[in-house]
Amino acid sequence: MTAEKAAAQSTQHPVTLQSIVVLILGWLLPGAGHFMLKKWWRGLLLFVSVVAMFALRIMMQGKVYTANTGDILDMLGFVGDVGSGILYFAAQIMDLGRGAIHIAVADYGTKFIIVAGLLNIMAAIDAHHIAIGKKA
Amino acid sequence: MHLSHFSAALVFALFASIVFGITQRNDARSMLRYGAYCFALFVGGVIAGGWFLWLLKH
Repeated sequence: MTAEKAAAQSTQHPVTLQSIVVLILGWLLPGAGHFMLKKWWRGLLLFVSVVAMFALRIMMQGKVYTANTGDILDMLGFVGDVGSGILYFAAQIMDLGRGAIHIAVADYGTKFIIVAGLLNIMAAIDAHHIAIGKKA
Repeated sequence: MHLSHFSAALVFALFASIVFGITQRNDARSMLRYGAYCFALFVGGVIAGGWFLWLLKH
């Protein structure tokens, strides 16, 4: 993309303070960005989807990754996990993510939380796009 | 909680499809259609993958 095209796009969809707040809020609490934009049903469905995947992870005893293990795959897992925002920090504080490697479903649970985080990032970016007028 | 591999895949497909539908389309009707399409692809992929592995084993 050329610099002119990028400049034209940024003037067409200007980034506002509200769009930044929506992005951060949407990341911290699933669906909150959409709630702030009064997209109630979308926000509710996103909240239920991300929180349900997170709750299932806890029930399946999946692992919650931490930032500084030195293993590149663990770091990638951490990036996925931290996308869940406040849910991730709550799990860390409550020490919920030890992971039970002897249970087969625990591995599914580990994947569930990574995907929940990535889906939440998609939802937060979607809220940002709505806020800047790029999407209805 | 003990989900089977298939039921875990179904739950995954359901929630991922909801988020895909909402984030990738603009109006409610298209969201519903795209969400259903993603769900069908997820579940179809699981079934096709399952049969492929069965064929590999036999």
